[in-house]
Amino acid sequence: MSETKQLETVTVNVDGVEHAFPKGMNLVDAVASIGSEIPHYCYHPKLSVVGNCRMCLIEMGMPMRDRATGEALLDADGKPKIGWMPKPAIGCATTVAPGMHVKTNSPLVRDCRNGVMEFLLINHPLDCPICDQAGECRLQEFATDYGRGYSRYTEAKNVKPKRTRIGPRVMLDDERCILCSRCIRFSKEIANDDVLGFIDRGSYSTLTCFPGKQLENNYSLNTVDICPVGALTSTDFRFKMRVWFLKQVDSICTESSVGANTEVWSREGKIYRVTPRRNDEVNDTWMTDSGRALYQLAEAENRLLRYAVDGQPSSFEAAIAASLDALKGRRLGIVASAHASLEEQFLLKRIVEVTRARVFMAYHQGEGDGILLSEDRSPNLRGALLTGLIDSLPAVDLSALDQALTAGELDSLLVIHEDLSALGVSADNLAKTKVVFAGTHSNATSEAAQVVLPTLTVFERAGSFVNQNFRAQRFKSAVPGPQGIASDLTLLETLAALVVGETPTHPDVNTVWQSLSVANPVFAGLDYNGLGSMGVALEPGPLAELPFVETRNLKYNPR
Amino acid sequence: MAVEETRIIFKHIDRQGYTNGIDCYERHGGYAELKKAVGMEPDAICAEVMESGVRGRGGAGFPAGMKWKFLDRKSGKPIYLVCNADESEPGTFKDRQIIYKDPHQLIEGMMITAFAIRAKLAFIYIRGEFFEGARILERAIEEARAKNYLGDNILGSGYSCDIIVHRGAGAYICGEETGLIESLEGKRPYPRIKPPYFPAALGLYQCPTIVNNVETLCNVKHIVNMSGKVFAEIGTPGNTGTRIWCVSGHVRKPGYYEFPCAALTLGELIYDICGGLLPGRSLKAVIPGGSSSKILRADERFKGKLRDGTEFDWGINDIPMDFDSLSAVGSMSGSGGVIVMDDTTDIVEALANINYFYAHESCGQCTPCREGVQWMKKVTYRMCNGAAREEDVELLRSIAGQIEGRTICAFGEAASWPVQSFLAKFNDEFVAKAKAQAARNASGEAVETTLI
Repeated sequence: MSETKQLETVTVNVDGVEHAFPKGMNLVDAVASIGSEIPHYCYHPKLSVVGNCRMCLIEMGMPMRDRATGEALLDADGKPKIGWMPKPAIGCATTVAPGMHVKTNSPLVRDCRNGVMEFLLINHPLDCPICDQAGECRLQEFATDYGRGYSRYTEAKNVKPKRTRIGPRVMLDDERCILCSRCIRFSKEIANDDVLGFIDRGSYSTLTCFPGKQLENNYSLNTVDICPVGALTSTDFRFKMRVWFLKQVDSICTESSVGANTEVWSREGKIYRVTPRRNDEVNDTWMTDSGRALYQLAEAENRLLRYAVDGQPSSFEAAIAASLDALKGRRLGIVASAHASLEEQFLLKRIVEVTRARVFMAYHQGEGDGILLSEDRSPNLRGALLTGLIDSLPAVDLSALDQALTAGELDSLLVIHEDLSALGVSADNLAKTKVVFAGTHSNATSEAAQVVLPTLTVFERAGSFVNQNFRAQRFKSAVPGPQGIASDLTLLETLAALVVGETPTHPDVNTVWQSLSVANPVFAGLDYNGLGSMGVALEPGPLAELPFVETRNLKYNPR
Repeated sequence: MAVEETRIIFKHIDRQGYTNGIDCYERHGGYAELKKAVGMEPDAICAEVMESGVRGRGGAGFPAGMKWKFLDRKSGKPIYLVCNADESEPGTFKDRQIIYKDPHQLIEGMMITAFAIRAKLAFIYIRGEFFEGARILERAIEEARAKNYLGDNILGSGYSCDIIVHRGAGAYICGEETGLIESLEGKRPYPRIKPPYFPAALGLYQCPTIVNNVETLCNVKHIVNMSGKVFAEIGTPGNTGTRIWCVSGHVRKPGYYEFPCAALTLGELIYDICGGLLPGRSLKAVIPGGSSSKILRADERFKGKLRDGTEFDWGINDIPMDFDSLSAVGSMSGSGGVIVMDDTTDIVEALANINYFYAHESCGQCTPCREGVQWMKKVTYRMCNGAAREEDVELLRSIAGQIEGRTICAFGEAASWPVQSFLAKFNDEFVAKAKAQAARNASGEAVETTLI
């Protein structure tokens, strides 16, 4: 799309080396882009610049010009003479400019950082051993780089409120707070819920909620993410696990069609938290609190853990055999899911073709918040369109299926994930039909089903989703699934092969993508690994004109 | 021979029978300059102010005409005029006199300025503690509005502008112009980062804004009266007009005194005008421009070169009272608050007192000032409470060095300059105090606690 557009660049001399940066780039970001770092606390690329932490002080100079003629002054070597600013400047409020010179590691700059670090630590409780932020704390990191190693401070430290619950999901320790105001700016500028502020003055300044208000919006946990220290912690994650024991795996949030990029943090097969991963095309650096809580579904009480036939536990093979019995030679209906991955939908489409089944699907909708929760509460509706599983937008419920069952047009059903009784299919109709249910959690439909095929959650399998902007994004398996459960791809491939009497293969996402890229020109030349961590914007053609339910949100502009 | 006061701004203030009502003001020729100004081209007034060379009286001493020139007129946004009446610098009490005793002079100066810069609306941001001052100004504005000196179509000129009085809530930082603007917008007075938020381009409500001190705005009236050229003849080149010196401390006649710039020396001010020190006392030090300016030691010799190249070698009494001379001796004329200390002063306690003020007033926005100034206060307090250590001198010097030049606004300098200058000039007293206290503590004598 616009990725090939040539950006205007400016040349800046950073520590003696010339670099080209896009025009208008922030100096902190610019230096980060060349693999170096200007330490900072209050600066955040997605929030307004306040320049209050003073950690990013650098030396900055511009080429000198003759006042009368305006011509550049040159030194003895014929190089431009640099007029260095008399005082250090903050990198976060500096925009790259042609000919600019910066020193990010001069003695003065290091002295500034040492000074700021000392000041930040004098009233800090230094309770790292019991602090949840330890291991991912900027204060700890920069104290290692720029700390004195001992304290010159012999006076009494300030006392401030500790363990204040400022919202249902966020705990505040004011003594650890370095007053960077990131959380305040986030609440105001991104979450549109201005509830945080400082009270009192000077070194007694204290972060707090407005009287009678709480930090309870659905984005409150982002303040925990952007808090550079341990002042704001998540009540859910607090004291559960040290971050350095956790493994991070890239994933995609399944809450809505936004498809926020996430990181899943796990240890020994157990997920401890989900945090947003920066993707400027999708979710910037944010995600919803409700999306983070979805990891709890992986260990939910009603998780399906065993294959079952007629209510009795069975083996995979026996369950497949019973499924084939229901699928083959009957008037079959398939209830597909927009929660299934692109790869799964593609395999399901093969089953549809060989069984000539009728496909039904529901459009799960909810209220959008205009930010990162869209009205379409499924991660992959557009995938179902692109794989050809459906050719138009589905209805919000399955009353069409109910009518077909009432009219006796169908003998059996293969249901992926959905709970039919919640979507308008009567219990009577369900009872008189042979149902094969494949899904992660039990519901009324799985209870009524003759065959239950447990499947894996998004955290346990690999695949890809196509989000609201037709961006294909991949997710990886973060933790192993429950013991003895085959992957969704193996399950679908086995069914698809055995229905026509072929020998099933053991597919993975890569092999499915080989077929996928041939089957639909939208995917031509792409493969699973090629999606990369940031995803690939697809060219959906006329599909984009469908009347999707999403309204404007952070990254979505309806046509 | 004593130098005579030349009162321009304070011409009528404290005169027998002079009241702050509009009738009295008009009887003394008030609002004549506004009448003259509305008949002039706005740019011509700006040119007069430029020619007058009048420098800001709030502390920084930046030429007012230049400030007005920086106004962003291309943006098409409304222009605002803000009068900074948040006079809070310790040692300074001149603006209060104008507001309480001659409010119409300020209003006239403001309306001329507003007309000259084509302001849409003008504000007076008045210090929270000036309760009565705010009432006086409100009443004076009503009086002036009744006579059409402000409001719609001022004196038939077609120009309309009003003044809104906004009371602060008692915070020193509201005197910092961008902090003042934030406060005026209804927010915490956190000073803004510059760049990009220079008031002349992105000021009040992100519109071009001029913020001037009370005394500066009053000067505009007199510049219109006598023309910029004549005004520039008062004082010396670069230091034009009169200045009101607010003398406090150990002198017999503390008070406010108005003199042309460089018309007298610091010694003349102390000994001739203020009646000298109390009997039997000798001069120890002077802070010449409000508590944030650097202290001058009485027995110092000040040598150097002025901007025009003349070399000088002054004792403390020889320093001419103007912007450039005080800056040449390493201090500043600041807001004109001259604080005189005699030999009874405990210099450590004096610094502890100043540090208490700045620690109390630091807004807390940026790290060095928030943490460092409080730390300096705690150290100097400890020094006054019997636990001074010799290494505290070096510690204080280091803390001040870590603040100066690294903060969002000039408060960092205002708080660190006193510490730096006190330590540089009275290092011996700090060390002596530490030694004395160490000896006292070792001998088991009672702890010395001198600070109130």
